[in-house]
Order: sequence, then C-alpha cells, then structure tokens
Amino acid sequence: MEPSTHAAPQAPVRFETQPSSYHHWKLSFDGATARLAMDVSEEHPLRPGYALKLNSYDLGVDIELADIVQRLRFEHPEVKTVVVTGGQPKVFCAGANIYMLGSSTHSFKVNFCKFTNETRLYLEQACSESGQHYLAALNGVASGGGYELALACEEILLSDDGNSAVSFPETPLLAVLPGTGGLTRLVDKRKVRRDLADVFCTLAEGVRGKRAQDWGLVDQSIPKSRFDQTVIARAAALAATSPDKAGPGVKLPPLEVRRHDEGERAGADYRYVSVAINRGTRLAEITMLAPDEDPPSTAAALRQKGAEAWALRAFRELDDVLLDLRFNHPEIGLVLLRTRGDAALVLAHDAALASQQDDWFAREVLLNMRRVLKRLDLTARTLFAMVDAGSCFVGSLFELTIAADRSYMFDGSEGEGDAAFVALSALNFGPLPMSNGLTRLQTRFLGDPSHVAKVQKLEGFLDAPAAMKAGLVTFTPDAMDWEDEVRLAVEERVSLSPDALTGMEANLRFAGPETTETKIFARLSAWQNWIFQRPNAVGERGALTMYGRPERPEFDWRRT
Amino acid sequence: MSSVVNSERIPNNVNLSGDKKLQRALEAWQPKFIDWWKEMGPEGFMEDQIFLRTAISVDHEGWANFDYVKMPDYRWGIFLADAVPDRKINFGDFIGKPAWQEVPGEFRNTLRRLIVTQGDTEPASVEQQRLLGLTCPSLYDLRNLFQVNVEEGRHLWAMVYLLNSYFGRDGREEAEGLLERRSGNSDKPRILGAFNEPCSHWLSFFMFTYFTDRDGKYQLLALSESGFDPLARTTKFMLTEEAHHMFVGETGVLRIIQRTCQLMKEDKNGDARAQGGIDLATMQKYINFWYTVSLDLFGGEISSNAASFFGSSLKGRAKEESYPDHLALEGTYGMEVPVMGANGTPATFKHEDVPLRNAMNEILRDEYVEDAQRGVDKWNRAIAEAGFSVQLTLPNRRFHRASGIYAGLHFDPAGKPLTKEEWESQKGAWLPVDADEVYVKSLMTAPIYEPGKMAHWIAPPPRGIKGRPLDFEYVKRSE
Repeated sequence: MEPSTHAAPQAPVRFETQPSSYHHWKLSFDGATARLAMDVSEEHPLRPGYALKLNSYDLGVDIELADIVQRLRFEHPEVKTVVVTGGQPKVFCAGANIYMLGSSTHSFKVNFCKFTNETRLYLEQACSESGQHYLAALNGVASGGGYELALACEEILLSDDGNSAVSFPETPLLAVLPGTGGLTRLVDKRKVRRDLADVFCTLAEGVRGKRAQDWGLVDQSIPKSRFDQTVIARAAALAATSPDKAGPGVKLPPLEVRRHDEGERAGADYRYVSVAINRGTRLAEITMLAPDEDPPSTAAALRQKGAEAWALRAFRELDDVLLDLRFNHPEIGLVLLRTRGDAALVLAHDAALASQQDDWFAREVLLNMRRVLKRLDLTARTLFAMVDAGSCFVGSLFELTIAADRSYMFDGSEGEGDAAFVALSALNFGPLPMSNGLTRLQTRFLGDPSHVAKVQKLEGFLDAPAAMKAGLVTFTPDAMDWEDEVRLAVEERVSLSPDALTGMEANLRFAGPETTETKIFARLSAWQNWIFQRPNAVGERGALTMYGRPERPEFDWRRT
Repeated sequence: MSSVVNSERIPNNVNLSGDKKLQRALEAWQPKFIDWWKEMGPEGFMEDQIFLRTAISVDHEGWANFDYVKMPDYRWGIFLADAVPDRKINFGDFIGKPAWQEVPGEFRNTLRRLIVTQGDTEPASVEQQRLLGLTCPSLYDLRNLFQVNVEEGRHLWAMVYLLNSYFGRDGREEAEGLLERRSGNSDKPRILGAFNEPCSHWLSFFMFTYFTDRDGKYQLLALSESGFDPLARTTKFMLTEEAHHMFVGETGVLRIIQRTCQLMKEDKNGDARAQGGIDLATMQKYINFWYTVSLDLFGGEISSNAASFFGSSLKGRAKEESYPDHLALEGTYGMEVPVMGANGTPATFKHEDVPLRNAMNEILRDEYVEDAQRGVDKWNRAIAEAGFSVQLTLPNRRFHRASGIYAGLHFDPAGKPLTKEEWESQKGAWLPVDADEVYVKSLMTAPIYEPGKMAHWIAPPPRGIKGRPLDFEYVKRSE
C-alpha cells in the first residue's frame, strides 16, 4: 500500500476553497442562526475511484467544512448558532468513505484523520471561544464519522422516527476504530458510562430514540413531528447565550501565492511566508516575514484592515504551507523554520493584538494564530528553528522557536557577524496555548514552573548567551561553528527512520497534562494508526480490505 | 411430525408448555398484541363472525381448518415447518456445517435486524388495510381481506416467537417495538417504504397483495434457506399462507379487468369509466406504482449487506438448491449502471461485473420480476379473450425507484433516461394522481354486505371458498 518515497505524481491537494465552489454543503442564514446541511455530491470525490454515497465524506468534503467553520467565525460574526444537519433523506452522514480509505496510502489516511480531527476541534473551539454554538440536528442515521461530527457539536438532537440512529460500526464492521476522536469524546466529553459505550461501539446498527438519550449518546430524542420546531427553539436558546459582536464581518479573500515546481525543487511564495522544498535532501525551509508597517492602533482599525492584517494573513499563509507539506510532500523529513524582518514591528503588532483582545475580531485573529501553531505542533516532520542574524523570532514568532524540536541560535556576541536576538511578548504567556492547555513556555519548563515567571521579567532583546542562559534555545554556535553545526544536524536528522522520528517527536512535544485534545491525537497515532497498519484491517483478508467484497474477513486471533 | 398443542392459549408445535420462560414471555406479549389488533386491526368488524381458515398444525390436514370465528378470538399460533433431521447449512461460508439451532453470537445483531425488518412488514400491512372493510365489494372479498389480515397477524407472531426465543431482552424489546410503530406515521413509521404507503382502496389492496406480498414471498424463500434453522423452518411455513395472499391479489385484479372489459364492450365509445368501471389506463398506473415500490424492497442492486448475509449463511437465494454453486465466490453478475451526466440526468450506462454475492438482491429481484410477469400475462390473456388489444405491462425496473442505483434519477416506464423537468411534466401520465385516487374511491363509497352480490366495478369470482357457494355468508355481521 505504501508508495515509494517518490510517489507517482498525483494532482496536489489544495486546501483553499470558497462558498461558490462548495460541492457538498449548503449553508443558509436566518439572523443569528446558520443552517449547515450536509449534502455530499456523490460524483465529486477528491480523487477518482469511489463515489461519495450516503453522505459519506472524503478530504474534499472536509476541506469545505473547515473553510465553512473558518469563514463563519470571520465573515459572519452575527451567527451565534450553527445547526448542522443532513441534506439527504434518511441519512445524516455515513462517516468517512470506506472505499476512499481502502484505496489510500497509510500516510494519506493518517493525515486525513489528523486534518478531520483538527477541523472538529476548530468547531469545538468556535463553541467555547467564539460564541458560535454548533448544534447537531440528526435527521437521519449518523454513523461512524457522522456521529463523530455530531459529537464535536455542543448539543445533539436526534429525530425519533424509527430510522435515525447514532452508531460506531467501525469495530464490528471494519475492524478499525472511529478515527475522529469519537471514542474519546464519548467517555470524556459526553461522559457516557464506559460499559454502555462498550456495548454501543460493538453494535453495528447503533442506537435509536429514547435509548440513545438514556445512554447519553444524544441530548434529546425528539418525535419527528416536533423535530424541526425543537431544533429552531434550541438554536435560538443557544444563540441567546452569546453576546453581539461589533461591526460587519471580515471577508477572507483567496491567498495570493506563486508556486514553482521543477525537478527536485519546489516551493511557494506568499506575501509573508515562503517555502522552499528540496526533494533531494528531503528538506523544506519555511520563512516568515515580519510586518512592514505599524499595527492598526484600534480594534476598529484592525477590523478595517481585515484579512490584510499581518497577524491574520501571515498565519493563514503558514497554515496553507503546513497542509501542503503534510499532504503533498510526504518525503520531506525536516523543516527549517526561519524568520526575517523588523522584530520591533512584530512586537508592536503583538502588543496591539494583546490590548485589543476584547474585540471579537482581534480575538479571532489570535485564535487563528493559536490554531495554526497547534497545527505546527501536530505536523509529523522534524522542526528546527534557525535563529540567525536578521531573523525576528520574537513574541508570536518566538513560538515557532519553541514549537520546534530544537533551535539553533547564532551567537554573534563576539562581534563576528551580526548578532541574532530573540524577545518575548504578552502572546508568549497565555493567548497561544498548546493542545495540552499550557503555553509552550510552560510546557518547556515543566520541571521548574517558576522559571516561566522569571523569563517573563526578561525585557528587551536577548542575545544568544542570554537566551541560552534563560533556556530559550538549544544550541548557540558562533560564526566559526555555525555552518558545520547546522549542516551536521541536518544531515544526521534526515538519516534517521521517519517512523521512529514521528513517534519520538510526538512523545516529546506534548509533555504535561492530558486534555481531550491530546488524548484524541495521541490515541489516533498510537491506536488507530497501529490498527490501520495491521493485517486484521488492511491485510489481504483484513476487514477493511474485504469491506464491500463478497468474502468475509479472516483475523489473526492472537492478541498483543 | 412434531406434536401440536391446541388446548392452550397459544396453539403451537414448538413445545411451548415445556419452555416456561418463553411461554411467560409470549403470554405477556399476547394482551399487547390483542390491544394492538383492536386499535389498528380491521375497523368496525371485531364482533362479526368470519369464515376463516385457522392453522392448527403444519401437516396437510391441519393447516387449513375453516370455521366461523370472531377476529379477536382468532387463534394465532406458532408453527414451524417440521425439522429436517441433521440439516446441514447449504450455502455461504458455513456450507456443510450443521444448521444452527441457536443464534451464533457473531451474527446475533444481523439476524435480529433481518427478523425485525421482516416482522415489521406484517403488522404494517394490517394497518395499511384497516379501513378497507368499510368499502368492500362483496362478502367474499371482505372475508379474503380478513383472512389476509389474520395471517399477517400470525406471521407477526412467528417473528415474535423467534425474537423472544433467541434474542433475549433485546428481542423482547424489539417484539414490543413491532407493536409500537405505525404505518404512515412520520413519528414512528414502519421500517420499509412500501409499508408506509396508504392502501386506501380495493384497487390498491389487490395490487398490494399481488406485488408487495410477492416481495414477501421472495424474502421468505431466501430466509427459508437460512443456516439459522428456527428461522428457516418458521419462514417455510409462512410461505404456504403467503401464497393465498397473492391469490387474492392476482384474482382480484383479474376480476376487475374482466368487469372493465365487459363495461368497455357495453359502452359505445369503449370507455369503461363512462360505465362506472376502472379503465385499463388507470390500472396500468397502479401497476406502475405498486410494482416499483415493491422492487425497492429488495434493496440495493450492489450491496455489501447482501454479500455479508449470503457469506454468513444467513440469507440464501430463493430455491438455493436450484443453483449449481452455493458458495457464489466465483463469477459475476453483469449490470448496466447509470453514469451521471449534466443536471443529474443519467448520460449513459456503464457495464459493471458485480461479484455474485454483492448482487444477491438483484438475483432475488430477477426471480421476482419473472414471477410477477406471469400474473400480468394472465391478465393480458383475459383482455385478449374479451377482444381487446390493450396490454398491461410491468415498467422497466429503472422506473420510479427510491433505492439502489437508479434512486434519485428519472426514467420513463421503458427505462429511457429523463431530465428532472421531463419527469415532473410526465409522471402524472404514469403514476396515480389525486384525480385517479378520487375517482377510484368514488366507486367504492359504500360496502356490499349482501351475500353473493358484487360491486359494480368488479366481476364475481368463478367459485366460492372451501366448496361454499358464492352467496354463502362469509361474514356474519353482528348488527
């Protein structure tokens, strides 16, 4: 199943879309309520070879969903409740398309699951942080990923019509697991009793009506004749809990990007971000530019600036680069993170954002920054930050340094070459937590929590010795060593097993407490990815392979 | 043969008195069933004496005992076809293994769903037909309606027996659920589409018993092959009763045709409607409707469920022994699958070789289509004998489908693809419209209770029931 390192060329996956291009979702607005109907177009799969029957989804469907969730936050601040419902008769959503999974490479499956998980978490974040409540109105069967989508919503209403049901048929039918956080949300978020959850997860046909409510699988089971009116009433009640947001929405225009791809080299240039890919050395270099003008001085001015605001545009661009790397460049093992530009302007923009956090738009910009940095944390590539002369790893961009697995800071304190500096801002101390709920600095200094307060007192720009002393960087080679050190580090790293590195990095990156989020990703990588590789699922007679085929699967019965 | 106990509340040949737990469960269910029957069974005839056939055993003598009985006192019994000693499973992956006498845990949920889906159709049809007695065309037909109804009730009992015996608490809950759902009620509809369609007059009743009960026949044939022996034996016996229902449908439609042809001859323009009959064009529309909603009941043309039912030896093909290969792992079934063009209109068809197991629904549907055609041929012979050249036809199986590969697409009765607009503008010529319903009902406003007399729109049957004359009082009205 696994392709060679140089996979056969396929059209790259692109993550940008817009409402006029949606194939699979119907979005309508009624005051503070938006209605999001899933109506997957069978004949528009992302790749040819399978039909998206029964409102099943593939990456293309989820890219649209992610776009919708993102646009609702920025473009529709008036929306306070989003009703997620099925646009096809009898079925809300049948989950991820099995034939798509069966015909995908392992790395694609893993990244598909990761992306869909991120989208579900973004949707939850919209509920908890942005006052946009997602309400699942299940007017048909919600199975597998369909029920997982509902679980990501704040509330689940189920039509009691004798047909509509929620189910996790993965284990009994496919010998895999629900891959989008369903198991975790069942017991951790909805707090369904584990014995009932155990029964539910082995019952392919799922649970309907009153029992679904009694077991806590849904919030309410409602007779069909009263379903629509109850959904409207609940949507209004949820909306009433969110305060109004000032001013009109902010449009998200397409990102302007110039891509190039020739032989071993590929790359893309955005306004503030560029990426250079070398397939020969399996290296990518991402460079982020600082803003080139002063920040808007008020929240209203920032809203005026809209999608052009540096903190929004630059991080949207970074997001696009990360997804491109994950899906279209699986052979790239190591990413060097670089920055360029006026560090003072980065700090000025950070300060402005921090002071405008009461405004919904400034807050959304920060929340987006938070999501993108988490996406970076969760990208299964080695990350080295290159803090060299001319870089601006300060404040929000300093997060890149400590999101990285290691950092190399040029020590110019002996006067040879221009010195490199780092600096901290308010954004390093709260607004940008990792998925474990801690800031990156808190996670970094778990062994001595008081150290975070100490580094918070460090004012101004820190040179390499000061940054080293404060524990903010890993290595500080000087002019004599820099080139060799960096070259050796890169060559050594790309020689190591990509699987071992993925596992090692994921284990080391997420120290500290468990959250629903960390559990979802850890279990996804540990369990689901393991099961996805095992012969009982994907072997010649595995259940996933045999699904839809005339023969029944055969299992190797030995348990680990 | 197995011993039959008739002295008890529930006649049976399953040694009910020897299984106290099951007996208690069924005796607890029985009053709920009677309540359901009184609420949802035939409206207005509960006190009447009906000349009904009651099965009291499964042998040739016992399964057809005729006598007057009030419907609520009908003895709904539990009868399984006699066990085949040392029966071996005859298809699927478990071929050659002894037939299961208990539910294999691995297939418990699947089997339960199969049984509940089959069981749900039985009370559903009683509900669909509950008002028909009030407009009956004769006492003979009224009695036939009730015979069908009580036997559907008995079929419900048969499925409830399986649920209670073999599926524990879940089975008991499902047995209750069978009495809680209601045909056509959007809050608690019956499971399958055709069983929520209104059956509001006798033309629909005859079409239903001809076309929809025939789906039942094929489902029962497929289930009577099951590796789960109690299911196989139960459904085998149900088939004998189902045959009568289709007889009611086939002869009912035939008698309408005979009458229509007679009225066509009497009318100077050959117009049966002008003479108060049901014209052949209208009959064709009802054929189109009931045939196609019944085709849907077989499930998707390409179905992983069907493959898994067959592979697991749970549901075979009708008359499995007539097929050469019972594993069905080799070989394919060629299908022309519509390929979508612009505007959701199928542009063309592509040939697909579907693995045999995945095509089991379509294989069963093929048998059904062939069988359904036989009655239509008889009807056409009657029309020809009356001297008319009109032919009734079964529409192409792509026409008016709500499930499977043609669902959501539009075709004319010949199977030619249509755009949505073409479909919308022409469907009224092919399927019953409100005006047809109004017209057909206008012929059936009052019941005919006079022995031997027939409604104007239907011919008398050639003979009565069980040697009784046509003017026999098949139903003794209580008031």
